[in-house]
Order: sequence, then C-alpha cells, then structure tokens
Amino acid sequence: MALIEGKTGAWEMVIGLEVHAQVISKAKLFSGASTAFGAEPNSQVSLVDAAMPGMLPVLNRHSVEQAVRTGLGLNAKINLTSVFERKNYFYADLPQGYQISQYLHPIVGEGTIILDLEDGETREVGIERLHLEQDAGKSIHDQHPSQSYIDLNRSGVTLMEIVSKPDMRSAEEAGAYLRKLRTILRYLGTCDGNMDEGSMRADVNLSMRRPGEPFGTRTETKNVNSIRFVQQAIEAEARRQVEVLEEGGEIVQETRLFDGMTGKSRSMRSKEEAHDYRYFPDPDLLPLELDPAWIEEIKASLPELPDAKKSRFMSGFGLPAYDAGVLVADREIAAFFETVAEGRDPKLAANWVTGEFFGALNKSGIELADTPVDAKKLGGLLDLIADGTISGRIAKEVFEAMWESGEDASAIVEAKGLKQISDSSEIEGLVDDIIANNPKQVEQFKGGNEKVLGWFVGQVMKATQGKANPGLVNQVLRQKLG
Amino acid sequence: MAALADLTIAGARGLLGKGEVSAKELTEAHITAVEAARPLNAFITETPEKALEMAEASDKRRAAGEAGLLEGLPIGMKDLFCTEGVLTTAGSHILDGFHPTYESTVSRNLWDAGAVLLGKTNLDEFAMGSSNMTSHYGGVENPWRKSGDNRPLVPGGSSGGSASAVAARCALGATGTDTGGSIRQPAAFCGIVGMKPTYGRCSRWGIVAFASSLDQAGPMTRTVRDSAIMLRAMASYDPKDSTSVDRPVPDYEAAITGDIRGMKIGIPKEYRIDAMPEEIDALWQQGIQWLEAAGAETVEISLPHTHYALPTYYIVAPAEASSNLARYDGVRYGLREPGESLDEMYEATRGKGFGAEVKRRVLIGTYVLSAGYYDAYYNKARKVRSLIARDFAKAYETVDAILAPTAPSPAFGMGDKMDDPIAMYLNDVFTVPASLAGLPGISVPAGLSQDGLPLGLQILGRAFDEETVYRVAGVLEEAAAFEAKPTFLAA
Repeated sequence: MALIEGKTGAWEMVIGLEVHAQVISKAKLFSGASTAFGAEPNSQVSLVDAAMPGMLPVLNRHSVEQAVRTGLGLNAKINLTSVFERKNYFYADLPQGYQISQYLHPIVGEGTIILDLEDGETREVGIERLHLEQDAGKSIHDQHPSQSYIDLNRSGVTLMEIVSKPDMRSAEEAGAYLRKLRTILRYLGTCDGNMDEGSMRADVNLSMRRPGEPFGTRTETKNVNSIRFVQQAIEAEARRQVEVLEEGGEIVQETRLFDGMTGKSRSMRSKEEAHDYRYFPDPDLLPLELDPAWIEEIKASLPELPDAKKSRFMSGFGLPAYDAGVLVADREIAAFFETVAEGRDPKLAANWVTGEFFGALNKSGIELADTPVDAKKLGGLLDLIADGTISGRIAKEVFEAMWESGEDASAIVEAKGLKQISDSSEIEGLVDDIIANNPKQVEQFKGGNEKVLGWFVGQVMKATQGKANPGLVNQVLRQKLG
Repeated sequence: MAALADLTIAGARGLLGKGEVSAKELTEAHITAVEAARPLNAFITETPEKALEMAEASDKRRAAGEAGLLEGLPIGMKDLFCTEGVLTTAGSHILDGFHPTYESTVSRNLWDAGAVLLGKTNLDEFAMGSSNMTSHYGGVENPWRKSGDNRPLVPGGSSGGSASAVAARCALGATGTDTGGSIRQPAAFCGIVGMKPTYGRCSRWGIVAFASSLDQAGPMTRTVRDSAIMLRAMASYDPKDSTSVDRPVPDYEAAITGDIRGMKIGIPKEYRIDAMPEEIDALWQQGIQWLEAAGAETVEISLPHTHYALPTYYIVAPAEASSNLARYDGVRYGLREPGESLDEMYEATRGKGFGAEVKRRVLIGTYVLSAGYYDAYYNKARKVRSLIARDFAKAYETVDAILAPTAPSPAFGMGDKMDDPIAMYLNDVFTVPASLAGLPGISVPAGLSQDGLPLGLQILGRAFDEETVYRVAGVLEEAAAFEAKPTFLAA
C-alpha cells in the first residue's frame, strides 16, 4: 500500500478500473460486418450499424461465447439470464441514438484477479461485473475547419466492459491489474489487449481517504489508452485531489479527460451535467438465456491460465515466484520456456530464457515468433552445458553466435573449436606448469589464502581460452596444491 | 374496369387462374382506381410504372406455371415498410427523400408471392395516431360519409391510407401495422377487415419502428378469406428479427370452415365501459347472438386489468418510441436542417422534421424513462402489462376466442379531437389490451351506425391461433352480411 504524504498527514488512494476490451470476433455484436482494424473509413458498416430505419439487431453468438470465456477466466459467476438494455444519448458517431449495453443484468457477475507485484507478492482484486456492449463510431474533428467526419467502422463492434471493485491502492497496483487482465484476456483469446489500437481502454475511478476511513468522493477519468498513461493519470489525479482536500476543499464528483501529451486531466462534465441515459430493456432483443451445458463446454475448452501455470512452474519446476510470474506473463513465452525446459534442468532453462534470451529479444526488438534461436536450438545449447561439452561462460559466446547466424549450438562449438577441455591429463599438465612457474602464489595459498585459488583458475582459463572445464580445474588445482 | 377493382382477392385469384383476366389488366384497373381516388389522399407515393412492370412479370411467371400465393394481385403498402428504391416516408417530414436500399421482409414475402405494388399508403406520422391526421402528407379521407352530412371523416389510424384505399376499391388489399389498434380501428372505421396477427408472426425487419415490443404487421382486406390468404404470404420466421417466432405458417384459408359449433366465446365484462354508445353495445349483443346461432357458446369472462391497459400502453409505446426515433438526427439520411453546432443541428432537424404528435410522444417517452420517474411509470407499466397478458392467458383456459367491439365510436370528422389527445387516445381502448398481450385480433365489419357509418367487431384469439380467429371471424362475417358500400364509390 502506497500512502501519499500530504502537508496534513498521510492519504490513501482508492482505485477502481473499468476496462473496455474489444472482443476478438470476425463480426460485430449485432451485425455481420467485419471488425478488422485499419480498414478504409465506413467500409465495414452494415445497415444495422448505420441504424437505417427498420433495422434490427441480431446477437452474435460468438461474442457471447467470448464473454463467457472471459468470465470463466476471471473465476466469475456466469449469469444464466442477462438482459440487453438501451443506453440513450445523442452523438454524431452513435447512429442509433442509443448504445445497446447491459445494465441491471450483466452476463458475468463477481470474480477475482490475482495481481503479481514486483516483489513477487500477490494481491487479490475483486471483479464487480463484466457486461457486453456495442462500441460507438469515431468522430474525426481535424480534417475540416468547421465540420467533423464520422467513421462507423467501429460502430457496433463488441466490447466487454470489465469493472473492478475499488480494491487497488496505488498506481503500481493499477498497472499490475491491467497487465494481469491483459495477460488473461490474451491467454483466453478473447481480446488482443492492444491498447495502442484502442482494443483495450480504461476509465479510472479514484478517490482519496485517510487510511482506515470510509471512501471519499471519486472522480472518473475516461478513456486512458496505455498502462503508462493510467499510472500517470492516477498519480496526477491523486495529487490534485490531495491538494484540494488539504486546502479544505471538496472533491466534485465528475468525469475527467486525461491528456497523454500534458500528463494532466481536465473536467469533462460534473454530476449535474451527467447524462440521464434512460436505460431500459431493448425491446428488439429477448433476454439472453444461457444453457449451463454450453457453459460447461466452454469451461472444458479453456487453456491453462496464468495463475495455474505459475503455480505449476513453481511446484513442478521449483522456480521462484518472480521467475514463474515473468515466464507466464505471456502465453507464447511460457510455451517457449516449457519446450526449453522439457527433459532439462528447469532452473537452468528459466535462467537462460529470462536472462540471455530475453536480453537478446529486447535488444533486437524482434517478435518471439521470428527469433533466430527457437526453443529447440536453445535447448540444444543447454544440453551442451549439461553434458560438459561447453562451460556456461562459453555458452554465452555460443548463444551470441547462434543469434547472429541462426545455426545450431553444436555446429558453432564444432566450427569454433569451443569444446570444453575435460581431459584431466591435459589440465594436470597445465596446472603443473603454472604451479612450477608461480611459487609465490603457491606459498600464499599454503599460508591459508584461499582467494589465490581463483587466481590459479584464471590462469588455467587464460591458457585454454576459457575452454577448460571449470569443475575439473578446481578439482585438479586443490589436489595439486593440497 | 370498375368491376375488376371491385373483386376480392379470392375472386381475382380465381379469374387470373382461369386466364379470364391478366395481372396487367387487373393492375391497370387498379391504377385507374388509385388515380380516381386521389381526393382521398390515401397514397403518399403511387408507383404505376413499377406496378405495370411487376404485373407483366407476374403474367410471365403464371404462363411459366410459377404462380405464387398472391400472383398478380395489386396491393397497397403502408408507407412504414421500407421498399427498395421507392420513397419511404413513415408519414414524416424527417425522412424526406429517403429511398431504402433494402426491402422489408414482409414486403419481400409479398413480392415473392407475386403481389404487385400500387403505391405507398398514407399513415399517421411514424404510425402515431388514430385518425391519420398527423401525417406530414396531410390527412386521409374516409370514403364513407354520414348519411345526410357531407363533412369529410377520418379513416382512423394509423393505417388510414391502407384502410381508405381498400375500402375505396383502389387496392385488393393493403398492408397495415398495428401497435395499439392501428390495423383494427381503421378497418372498423372504413368497413373492411383488419387482422393484427400474434406478435412475432410477421417479421418487423425493414418496418420503420414505432414501439418495438408492440409493432406487428398484418393484412387489410375486404373479406375474412382475403385476409387469410394475404396473411399467409406475409408471415414468416425471420432470423433477422430476434422477436420473430420460428413456427410453420398454416394455411389460414383452410381454417375458415364456417363451423364454430361447440366453441366457447368469451365476452369480457370490463369492455362494457361507461359512455359506450348505445349502437356499439347493441352491435356487440347482435354479434353474441350471431355466434350463438352458429352453435358457439358465449360466456362472460373477466379481464380485470383492462382498465389499466390504455395508460399502460401510453407509457410503454412512447417510451420505446422516444428511443426508436433517436436515429432520426439529420446525420445520415432524411432531413437535415443546418446548425452552428451538432446540438443546434439536432434541434433544428428534429424540431422541423417531427410533427406535434410525434414530439408529444417523444417527450412523454423521455419523461417516463427518466431517472426518478422510471419506476413510477415505465417499470410499473411493464408490470401491469404482464398482468394484462396473464388476464388473457387465464381467460383462454376456458374460452377459445373473445368477442368485443373494435372501437368505441364510428369514424369522426377530420379535425375533430385534434385538440384533445386524451379523447383521441380513447379510440384505442378496445384494441390496446390485445396489443399489450401480443395476441391476434381481427376486426370484421358488422353493421352500420345510425348515421350510416361502418362499425366493427373484433375477435381476439390465443397466441399463434390465428386459425381459430379466422374461423370465428368467417362466421361473424357471414352472419353480418355487410354489403354496404362507401359513399365515395356512389359519387
């Protein structure tokens, strides 16, 4: 829990997030129009999306399935009956004059998300609900001096609104929540989580209170479209609220808009100006009734989710919580790791994946799928370490060469003559020479200076260009110096 | 030619089948009739060229042995149905110049069955009204006049153009839509047959929405048999309408056997309202006697929540309408009145595009859905609505159908009741309960008022039991032997 020290004492943040996640689906929530990103404006608009007279919505079953999958992935209650309602307001990019959403009866009820924090600790955040709704179109204001353009491609696209409980207490927790939620959605294949394409957006609800006291008045900051911005928006809004409160002012319940360019938010509308959305059940749609058997079917098709995978990596592979958390954060990485770890030392595999491999990946900026060193090749490298063909130090050199050329580890070791010297007679000969040529250091060792052993190891390595088996070198040195 | 336009659907079907008349000849006769009836203002758009093309295509299909259920029969289409390439207005200024790129499912079904489009019929703006006086395109005249009084009368509404056109022999039949009585009441006012099927029987796809949970398309014809023939062609399950119901469409015509012996007909005591005109009550009693004479048993039943139906309807329907009409914003189609800002453009467009009655209902609907009023109005109305449905369900445990008057009065003068919306809304008192319950109901011309105006009786039935409704209606029609013709035809 991160407290903010004000002039008059400590303040605690209370944060709840509403995430709008675009459902992965070829068609829209109530029409067959395509949902592909980046198409020509108004090229993916059906008669229903444009709200032509007499047009009627027909629910896309796949969207419903995706919502149920997500609910199950969030350990949430699936409501067998839910109701689509109309949220009425006028805007140029809202063709129907209402958004079809769910209000009193959402498809998914309460659930939980477990946050993985930086220190390896976990923390539970409650999910209040998840409901299905239509996205609006897009207004484009900057292409004409006095007119706006409307693109309805997004109009009617399926969104899941996932509402958390006010369980978060810091910007870091909010960031961890969004990362974890995105991971789960990606595992489930229900949302691609690409915030820069707008397929995941967050509204931040935030209030401040003295620790232990009841909740204060909250503000809602709308449509923040990156995790970094969410964290910035939280920090900025928390500071603003503390300032107001410490000057004896009151927080006004309002909707605010965050500007990523300035890092500041401004008031959009107050509670008094808030829309009266006049929700009522959409008479064009019957209540949505789900068959429990269908839900069971979906449940059976769920992949292993990050929390389960993490505990398996911890208990099955003996990985520390932090490493396990890092590895499961991405489903493809986790699968990559498992391939590398298969039949090998899992800790060694984890170290190599999170160490050298992630390092090279980040540095090169290429995608996991396109990496020159695939899981099989990395495994081959680890095999050479395990059977003593090369040392860990040489392995790093080999890995770099593999990344450059895409070749197998064994081929590189062969070509470069990097094979480890594990022949004890060869090492004994070297050790004998070094002992003979360095009587001073021998004296020091015999006088009880253990550190000098390291110097002898270094000399052997120098003589073999690092190829001597370090274990064997140690063993021989102790024996000879003994 | 007049003789051709005076045919029934069944009669014309027979002549076409025997080759005694062609679809083209039949259509030409009706085009002439439509032109002659222009003073009635029953059509917003006439489509004579399209009609002739369709008729010629129909004659070819028939020659090729591919005749559909309504092959070659010219009809009117309420201008609430979207028709591809043909101006569709919903009777509103706000849809100025709107030519849909798509065809409503019901009209598509009718063309697939071989029907011919004569034109788009006038209606109350967005189907909101009981007089057809709220149309941006002007009121429609009822082809009937009171005896000894030449003042023009309303055809009822909202399907007033369709009712007037069919009564005036401009079309063999026409489509209507019924939200709270918009098929049955104008049918009664114009002396024709109007059927509102069960909610979900006809697809709503492509019909400009008024109140989605109530809107239902149905046929308006001169005989019960014609109604049965036309409904069969209109009805279908439509996956594009989530409230459409997937069950086979029966041969309704075959259900008109003339035999209702042993049937139980409910007479709802709550429909005996105060201020019921003597002649309406007398006609109702006459109807009871006709059905009994045909071997049915009539029993008094109670529909205890009837009294609340009208206020419930005037909450639910405007609430849905206020939301359904939000899409007419000047952004994408129809009228756009310029403004300095988006809000000003909205205000100017909707201020100018909607008429007074539509604005009234949008305001009522917005109000009843507002925070703080929702529970007291909209939510309560929803609850009452389910009680009304339960009343009917309970009644149908003991009776097969229900007999009631269609409207509490005959047609009134054009311009009457315009300054008194409550009096206007009372027109729907007998039709609204079945609409709220989603049940089928048919209005059959059963007699004339003292002033010589047509009066209707309605038969209500169980959900998706249109067959029983038609069977009883057929008997009622035969007993009533309504043969009077509108004043307009004599002129």
